[in-house]
Amino acid sequence: MTFIGKSVKRVEDKRFLTGKGRYTDDIKLPGMTHAVIIRSPHAHARILNVNTSKAEALPGVVKIFTGKDVAELNGVPCGWQVDFKNGDTMKEPPHKLMVADKTRHVGDAVAMIIAETYAIAKDAADMVVVDYDEMKAAINMREAIKPGAPLVHDDVPNNICFDWELGSDKAEVDAAMAASHHVTTLEFINQRVIPNAIEPRSAIGHYDTANDRYTLYTSSQNPHLIRLLLCAFVLGLPEHRVRVVSPDVGGGFGSKIFHYTEEALVVWASNQIKRPIKWTAERRESFMTDAHGRDHVTKAEMGFDADGKMTALRVKTLANMGAYLSTFAPCVPTWLHGTLLQGLYTTPKVHVDVTAVFTHTTAVDAYRGAGRPEATYLLERLIDTAALEMKMDPAELRYKNFIPAFDGVKQEGYTTQVALQYDSGNYEPVLKRALEMVGYADFRKEQEQARKDGRLLGIGFSTYVEACGIAPSAVVGALGARAGLFESAHVRVQPTGKVSVYTGAHSHGQGHETTFAQIVADKFGIPLEDVILEHGDSDSVAFGMGTYGSRSLAVGGSAIVKSIEKVIEKGTKIAAHLLEAAETDIEFAEGKWTVKGSDKSVGFGDVSLTAYVPHNYPEGLEPGLDFSSFYDPANFTYPFGAHIAVVEIDKETGKVDLKRFVAVDDVGNVINPMIVDGQIHGGVAQGIGQALFEGAIYDEDGQLVNGTYMDYTMPRADDLPMFEVDRTVTPCPHNPLGVKGAGEAGCIGSTPAVANAVMDALSPYGIFDLEMPLTPERVWTAMQNSDAVV
Amino acid sequence: MKIPVTITVNGKKHETEVEPRTLLVHFLRENLAMTGTHVGCDTSSCGACTVLLDGKALKSCTMLAIQADGREVTTIEGMAQDDKLHPIQQGFHEKHGLQCGFCTPGMVMTAADLLANNPKPSETEIRHALEGNFCRCTGYHNIVESIQHAAHAMNG
Amino acid sequence: MIPTQVEYHRPKTIAEALELLQKFGEDAKILAGGHSLIPAMKLRLSTPAQLIDIANIPDLTGIDDEGDHIVIWAGAKHGEIASSYTIKEHLNMVAEAAGMIGDVQVRNFGTIGGSLAHADPAADWPAVMIAADATFVIASTSGERKVAAADFFQGLFMTDLNEGEILTQIHIPKPPAGTKSTYEKFVQPASRFAIVGCAAMSDPDCNVRVAFAGVSSKPFRDTGIEEALAGDMTASSIEAAANKAAEGVSVMSDHFASEKYRRHIAKVYAKRALMKLV
Repeated sequence: MTFIGKSVKRVEDKRFLTGKGRYTDDIKLPGMTHAVIIRSPHAHARILNVNTSKAEALPGVVKIFTGKDVAELNGVPCGWQVDFKNGDTMKEPPHKLMVADKTRHVGDAVAMIIAETYAIAKDAADMVVVDYDEMKAAINMREAIKPGAPLVHDDVPNNICFDWELGSDKAEVDAAMAASHHVTTLEFINQRVIPNAIEPRSAIGHYDTANDRYTLYTSSQNPHLIRLLLCAFVLGLPEHRVRVVSPDVGGGFGSKIFHYTEEALVVWASNQIKRPIKWTAERRESFMTDAHGRDHVTKAEMGFDADGKMTALRVKTLANMGAYLSTFAPCVPTWLHGTLLQGLYTTPKVHVDVTAVFTHTTAVDAYRGAGRPEATYLLERLIDTAALEMKMDPAELRYKNFIPAFDGVKQEGYTTQVALQYDSGNYEPVLKRALEMVGYADFRKEQEQARKDGRLLGIGFSTYVEACGIAPSAVVGALGARAGLFESAHVRVQPTGKVSVYTGAHSHGQGHETTFAQIVADKFGIPLEDVILEHGDSDSVAFGMGTYGSRSLAVGGSAIVKSIEKVIEKGTKIAAHLLEAAETDIEFAEGKWTVKGSDKSVGFGDVSLTAYVPHNYPEGLEPGLDFSSFYDPANFTYPFGAHIAVVEIDKETGKVDLKRFVAVDDVGNVINPMIVDGQIHGGVAQGIGQALFEGAIYDEDGQLVNGTYMDYTMPRADDLPMFEVDRTVTPCPHNPLGVKGAGEAGCIGSTPAVANAVMDALSPYGIFDLEMPLTPERVWTAMQNSDAVV
Repeated sequence: MKIPVTITVNGKKHETEVEPRTLLVHFLRENLAMTGTHVGCDTSSCGACTVLLDGKALKSCTMLAIQADGREVTTIEGMAQDDKLHPIQQGFHEKHGLQCGFCTPGMVMTAADLLANNPKPSETEIRHALEGNFCRCTGYHNIVESIQHAAHAMNG
Repeated sequence: MIPTQVEYHRPKTIAEALELLQKFGEDAKILAGGHSLIPAMKLRLSTPAQLIDIANIPDLTGIDDEGDHIVIWAGAKHGEIASSYTIKEHLNMVAEAAGMIGDVQVRNFGTIGGSLAHADPAADWPAVMIAADATFVIASTSGERKVAAADFFQGLFMTDLNEGEILTQIHIPKPPAGTKSTYEKFVQPASRFAIVGCAAMSDPDCNVRVAFAGVSSKPFRDTGIEEALAGDMTASSIEAAANKAAEGVSVMSDHFASEKYRRHIAKVYAKRALMKLV
């Protein structure tokens, strides 16, 4: 009975397919009220007056709170500290649950209406009059750091949250760059994108007066951490009296990791009014308040010797934090970006310099890939550009610079210039396979012919390595994390041999209920349907660190394996007793304990029952078969891959048609190939979205110009091709499953592949770089402005 | 203020009263507690709320409940019969056409409209038919394959 | 995301609807498919006190072949028009445009009358109606009047419809046998409205009519192109004529397409549309 490695169909599908999924907004509690939040229409304005009297008089309105009512409460904290180069602590201005004095981005919360129905709350919201004194806003990062720019927080000079550097000695990098035969330089914006999980965020706060207990239902990737932050930092509630439940969650992509003000507001207010309160974001609120992703302004230089060997990399980045520090914001452009700039190349000297900037815009934090897509975009755009400039083949240029294979067992891990040690890697085969799949040699011939026919075909490459399975705690602690990053798992074998597994990871599309069950069923040798997975409820799952950073299987799955091992170990003691043999003579396989070299055995069910009905039982052994474990890994895991995009550009309109997309990823061992492919597909689509369609546009007053689905281009079914995916397998050497992580890989590799393909198609025009998204107008304008005759 | 309506949902007649401004999706979710139909946007864009009205795909956020008076609504809850998944639902299961599940009811209902009108759609036709339904998880690849699988199961 | 309080009326005849409209004046809005009105009401951009639902008036639905012209009743759905045999036979561009509006769900329930009365500058119908030389029948309690499509659209979301009036029918003359027509659309990728929509029709004598959606704040017939063609439907003539697209017309600009780019796309799409008629 083996499940690991099989494309087992998902056990969670049925409830979603029959409309029985249970998302936060589906929950209706007795006596529940409904909240609507009034948000600032201005990016930067003083609040002069909030008049709620007319709204309060509307029948059905229960209560209205404004920023003044929560002024004494703490705000939501930041969970990661980065220090200035000079050692000073980063600037960490308060992020209040609602603002009373001034607003710092469009969408800042000013008041909360609580009413008997959602409709009444909406009607009341229309009756609240807020007087604002609008002020000039700091929107563009380059402008925001200049002296005299409007300040987002009065006590943060030049709007600089922190500056930070990492890598080789700066002078050595400068020298190596100066000595290079060729230097490729790119200055670009890695644009802000909006996560857009299709389920809008939702939170229900419920204070139970009779039992003095609080419950928060929230659409979160991270229920336990939300509870910790809520109790320890925001509201000072006793943690043992607070339950946080993340039921089914309709996609996260990073945006539902963070502790949001609305979560604390509904919990706090529900104690004020002694009734449950539900708040669900409208889509336009999601656009204004879900933490956004990316938003870097970067100058990147890569040096090469005459043979095309990389000599140095120098990167300087401005990273937008938005108006407030979201939970993990400072970590994204630093430890998740700077540390990945070695890529899969042997570049001997690497230096990165990051300045984090406050602006009057929505907060920016982790979005699928978080820092790694920005690092990969930078590296891979540099390489394809260098190849064009040096007239070398981009695939050959990569082969020349790949770190040689290392498995992390026989060969040591690879130590980078930017603070990491890669666990295992074998980079040539992924590119080789991707080139084979795309038919590279034939493509170049086709491209040549197409050019003669006046058609613009292009191919783009991206090879990436990423760091995921975010942990170990000691390391991330040293880097500024204010939380541990282990994972917990509890395996409870029931008396009848059925198994309940409680994981601190949270599934919001990743299929944990299937993948994790596959592991458990396999290791115990029992049917898949004998395993059930519970997650997302702090009352049933002792602790958890949630799901993000492609960590669930590598960290959470490994925690489950630890508990499984404990069960088998104890089961062996029981089996030895039942079989009247020495423990050392017992082996466990395929669901039974057997006396080695004999046909004497006892089954999983018998041992389970014995553990709970211990009439005939080893002396001194506790009854029960029930273990929890915490797993804190030795290192991050480092998946890698090669992505290739093929595009054709409509010469007359500039519209990019993505014709093919090939992805070969190595995510270590694979438990469920079907689910891994699905993760890659989704990630690739989001990465393509950034390359071709998506990007937040703020005007100079800080209005989000494209804050609805009528203006913000989401990739749709008819925008994308079928994806061609394959894998190589280089196991992770340091976790028991040998797995790495697949959630973000697609999103990390795909964006530069598409951008590179567009530049390749445009190379006859002498166009080497364009800003994303590569919209028809942008591409057409570049062709117009080119002097080349094509 | 409230007006009487008779709306048949998944074969069951509901005679009740609604405020005229009640959207059909709110009627389903709030009045009938059928929460399989989801709300993902404010602009009639995302398609998560898609149901069938008299057999045709409709974004139930873009119709007042009162406009459905006297008509028949089919929601995701009405697709499986006697605990047996509809072939479209089965197709999504077989081909991993769903991840977080939030867009899934709308996808299934839109696919039902498509396959009723075009029993053997091409990949291009499927992608065109899904123009009004967003999915952020799957990149649509497996949704296309799910619908192809269903078409094959339904029509050979 | 819920409309403001509203009262609802469901007349059974056009006359009844007109009486209600007369009674409530500017407090009232006509509700047909609701696919323009309800999205606006949800965002509270439109807050009528009274809704007059005309979807159940049997007289307002259907597509009729009247010999020398086709009548599309205002309540006809986009999808119904896209698949109408009569329309496909005589007015290909009307069927094509209908099939490109919004998405399947919108085409199933959105009505042509609702879209025309809404007069979104990026909507597909208005340009097609102008190219087809359609006439709109407008009813009120004082009778019926007719207005040419070209005169109906007056600006951004502005039409010739007065208070108390309902658009009831669209009359489109049947073009001579052998007439070709098409609708080419450069799609705004988020909303799927038109950045540029070009409706073009050419009869066997190469009399050509061209109209644009999305380009300007109101749809317009491009006589500049028509005159430049002067009945010469060769590739070189088309190329030259298309280059005159939107000449002298004020062109819209947004983050999807600047004025310059939109003007360029109008030329490209005029050429593409006209080339399909050759």
